[in-house]
Amino acid sequence: MTDLLIESTALEDRLRSVLPSDVDYASVRLVDERSEHLRVRRNQLEPMFTEFDTGVMITIWNAGGLGYAATTDLSEPGLAAAVDRARYWAGVTAGAMVTTAAPVSHAVGTYVSPVEVTWDTLPLNDRLELLQQQSRLLGIDDRIVNWGASLVRRDVDQLLLTGSRNGDAGRIEQRFRFVYPSLNATANEGTNTQTRTFGGEAFCGQGGAEVLGRYGFGDAATRIAEQSLELLTAPNCPTGVMDVLLAPDQMILQIHESIGHPLELDRILGDERNYAGTSFVTPDMFGTYQYGSELLNVTFDPTVPGQLASYGFDDDGTPAERQHLIENGILVRGLGGAVSQERSGLPGVANSRAQNWNRPPIDRMANLNVEPGESTADELIASIEDGVYLHTNNSWSIDDSRNKFQFGCEYGQRIENGEIVGAVRNPGYRGISSTFWRSLTGVADRDSFTVMGTPNCGKGELNQVIGTGHASPACRFSNIEVFGGEQ
Amino acid sequence: MSAGTTSVVPGDPGSGNQDQTYFDELVTAATATLVGDEVLLANISGERTDFIRLNNSEVRQAGSVDQRTLAVDLVEGQRHTSGSVRLSGDRSVDDARLATLLSQLRDQRAFVADDPFLLYNTEPVSTERIERGSIPEPDAALAEIRSAGKGRDLVGIYASGATFQGFANSLGQRNWFESSTFNLDWCFYLRADKAAKNLYAGFDWDDDAFAAKVDWSARQVTALEREPISLSPGDYRTYLAPRALEELMQLLSYSGAFGIRAHETKQTPLLKMLVEGTTLSPLVNISEDTAHGVAPNFQSAGFLRPDEVPLIVGGAYAETLVSPRSAQEFGVPTNGAIGHEYPQSLAIKPGTVPSDSVGEALGSGLFVGNLWYTNFSDQAACRTTGMTRFATFWMDDGEIVAPVNVLRFDDTAYHLLGEHLEGLTDTAEVLLDASSYERRSTDSARLPGALVGAMRFVL
Repeated sequence: MTDLLIESTALEDRLRSVLPSDVDYASVRLVDERSEHLRVRRNQLEPMFTEFDTGVMITIWNAGGLGYAATTDLSEPGLAAAVDRARYWAGVTAGAMVTTAAPVSHAVGTYVSPVEVTWDTLPLNDRLELLQQQSRLLGIDDRIVNWGASLVRRDVDQLLLTGSRNGDAGRIEQRFRFVYPSLNATANEGTNTQTRTFGGEAFCGQGGAEVLGRYGFGDAATRIAEQSLELLTAPNCPTGVMDVLLAPDQMILQIHESIGHPLELDRILGDERNYAGTSFVTPDMFGTYQYGSELLNVTFDPTVPGQLASYGFDDDGTPAERQHLIENGILVRGLGGAVSQERSGLPGVANSRAQNWNRPPIDRMANLNVEPGESTADELIASIEDGVYLHTNNSWSIDDSRNKFQFGCEYGQRIENGEIVGAVRNPGYRGISSTFWRSLTGVADRDSFTVMGTPNCGKGELNQVIGTGHASPACRFSNIEVFGGEQ
Repeated sequence: MSAGTTSVVPGDPGSGNQDQTYFDELVTAATATLVGDEVLLANISGERTDFIRLNNSEVRQAGSVDQRTLAVDLVEGQRHTSGSVRLSGDRSVDDARLATLLSQLRDQRAFVADDPFLLYNTEPVSTERIERGSIPEPDAALAEIRSAGKGRDLVGIYASGATFQGFANSLGQRNWFESSTFNLDWCFYLRADKAAKNLYAGFDWDDDAFAAKVDWSARQVTALEREPISLSPGDYRTYLAPRALEELMQLLSYSGAFGIRAHETKQTPLLKMLVEGTTLSPLVNISEDTAHGVAPNFQSAGFLRPDEVPLIVGGAYAETLVSPRSAQEFGVPTNGAIGHEYPQSLAIKPGTVPSDSVGEALGSGLFVGNLWYTNFSDQAACRTTGMTRFATFWMDDGEIVAPVNVLRFDDTAYHLLGEHLEGLTDTAEVLLDASSYERRSTDSARLPGALVGAMRFVL
């Protein structure tokens, strides 16, 4: 298990040999994953967990049909059986498909996560001691009733081989190295419980041990523990219409839910209507629709070094490149891979991605980033007469057209006359995507621009969870409906 | 849903099923390699599933997934480490994978201290539950589904095949759960976001039963053809159909409302019940009803679950779900809960509102078929938010007036299931979980509909 499967020429030869050459398009996608999960809760090490996962998906498009078969049996008979099953499905579905447009790319290339400090330079004992140390920094008060520190490392190797009756032969090798640090502290007094977190849904990315330093993992524990206590005595967030300044770790959610999902072409095409929903965005909006104010510039950028969803190619083999989705507030491009682009006739990106070897690729966000503006974060705070500065999402809800939303945050700061005057608890705000982004009145500059990722985006039938990247500076929105919790 | 063959066989390690036998032999072989006083706990989960994804009554993607995962916990005294391997199905390959994993877990054990919260079953009780039915071949199922969707906009997912879970340990315990089912989770869409949602699931495909479901959905779509109305924010008398109530209950369940860990660490959304003795309506009786669910009755440390755990009785807290680790941490007996301590077979006891005349009971108000994307506005106060979805109608004098455009609610469970709850329907609907994250779910719920005197909508 220490030998990397992706380096096995015998396996690659076997995979290539079973790939049929008498069909319109065929691919075999190998995924080989090794991961380690470490967690200390209330100063007690939870059971350490090591995971090994290997499998392949065979995909065949032929004569207007599509079939896939996913298997863990990498023997020649096992792979041959999977090919037979995929052929069976391609036969069954011929003439009944929403599209006959197979992927066309047979690219050759590689991608490797940038790693500055290999994970193993931090030995297991040191990793465990680091977590114990952080745990001790979190449990600093009797009112902190639950706390924890965790590290997850995932090494994921993917090999995509493609072929066709025309003799095409693609080969894409990608080696991903992910690190997910996380901290949490929950404080309680009577019926008031407040939780602050670090990492988890925001500060994770590709790389090695340097990811911990990149996000300040070692410096966060004391801050979040103290803030959880601060929230116990903080006033409730006021209710009213006011300005909000969203910190990067709340912008991540705002971008994800009210720009990312609505722009997915498979939603617009209706694939998700039974589950994740549809979109208020319609095909005629591309090129003309004023999605946000002129300050809004959004890119699909899988080239950002170390961001969670950076890659060289999507799982249909399309080379990935940076593209503007929204430019100066105008919607210009959707989030759809080669198949969705063919079906819709709309411009898209290389974002056909699968959770694992056992799931077929669908349109997903990758790195979806709000580009920095001109103001400093301090200037934005100083410009707010009556508002709140919101940090770290803890609640998200949006309608099935991705329009009416309501989001909550762990930690709020009241802004009065251009100054932060104190913390507020249970802050929330609500709005409508199709008009919310036009309320964008300030975008902070590169100093506040933070590269983040969220590991758990759920979508698709069959269901899939995948990591997406988001980067953003702090942003100011004007005249937003804000509220607090129950009194 | 009609049941296939079911057997519950205490003390019998198995009946020769292929996956079951493979698991048994794999663990038996691994047990022979244990060193000293080591104890091995092993869990397998797997499926052989065919999937057909549909949009506009045509196929978007179709294929098969064949997977088995073996998770193990290697114990020596109170020290242990755990891990998992994906099984290939080839014994020589899998023996080698498992041996390598066990060797690594042994090495890692040197770095861990005694775990005071480790608890596993040391009194072996072996069980077997196998339920199989008559599932059509994929091409025949596709033909049936496309026929139902002819001239309609059918979108959804069909899944069929075997799922299985097993537990085994080096002390000789063997537990096996397997079911072969089909599940069609679909909508008929009228336009934009107006659709009728339905589910046809079970062990034996029945053309007449499917036709009845299709007919029900078609009638719902007809009702949706009326011009929709938009309601202003405010409080409305509301009927929550079982599927809508399920969304609320899932939010409570997954956030720890019924687990002891969330209670003890004050993270339960029902904190006011815990701290102040606040109650829900006396009409509310909630239980983990394993006996009537479709999930296995064993968990990963080898403990069996009781048939029923009462969670809320007469609106007040009764018991909580206690995993083995929580049992050790909080000094109470385990009741075989899974690690996350949420119900897998949640049931709410029906009430007295006649299910066949909920319109009459509602009178004028909102009929909500489905809620969507629920979350907390204020978790400690159990204030929840979410959207209406699919078939939601304005009713007047018990008759449908018009479909209602989506609305956001924001209200507390103490209102919805407390002071504003007027009644529960006299029958509970069996709701199978169609989700397939990682693998097909075996969770289910058994819920009535709820008549709520006032529900707060804000957007």
